[in-house]
Amino acid sequence: MTDRPTKLIVDCSTGERTVVELTDEEIAEREAMAAQAEADRLAQEQAEADLQALKDSAKAKLIAGEPLTADEAAVIVL
Amino acid sequence: MSMTLIEHIEVGSGGAASISFVSVGDIPSDYTDLLVVLSGRSTAGANVDGIRIALNGSTSNLTHRRLIGGGSGSGGSASGTNGEIGLISAANNTANTFGNCQIYIPNYRSTSAKSISADSVSENNSTEAYQGIYAMLWNPASNVPITSITLDMLGGNLVQYSSATLYGITAGSDGTTTVS
Repeated sequence: MTDRPTKLIVDCSTGERTVVELTDEEIAEREAMAAQAEADRLAQEQAEADLQALKDSAKAKLIAGEPLTADEAAVIVL
Repeated sequence: MSMTLIEHIEVGSGGAASISFVSVGDIPSDYTDLLVVLSGRSTAGANVDGIRIALNGSTSNLTHRRLIGGGSGSGGSASGTNGEIGLISAANNTANTFGNCQIYIPNYRSTSAKSISADSVSENNSTEAYQGIYAMLWNPASNVPITSITLDMLGGNLVQYSSATLYGITAGSDGTTTVS
């Protein structure tokens, strides 16, 4: 049987430490949060990859003397 | 700045979903500000995981803006309302390596909106290591003193040997000045 996740609680007035098992609701909330975090991470990675592709294309076109698209120009113009 | 250790807690075997400091309002009123230092590693299957903060048991009414940088030149700025306050190493980073986050909370006893600042790093023996600076605002409909602080991960749980330390920043004799 898989152990239920726990949370640590320290009472600053007494120093008492408590380990409390998460409720089903808390576990479901954390699973949803993890799924969203993964989706956000993948979206961020894709955005970074797209940006790098634009930069690489802009650089290559500059070197070759070819016209840039508006998106390519936007990544190199300050 | 004079810091006094209030509490320190370390995650035991099996890990932990979160770490909470409660009854913060009952610590000595000598302090005007709080500092939370987290040394942690997440179980999330990624290079880095976000740290979420909850104040007085809630992640509502928290807005943040972050600036992060990655070792490969990745990163940038972003804003959100999910309570994200930092980042630490996660499962795909070098084994047994932990990230750090330092969260500064000024005037935690005030009944005004709270501004919070944080800086954090993930540690990785590879190109992909991240640094982040965060600015956060907690502004609920009714502003109250902070009585509890909870830290957890957006994508996973904290592994064994992760730890969190709460420090109080000492006020001066006039009750409002922070002295060094």
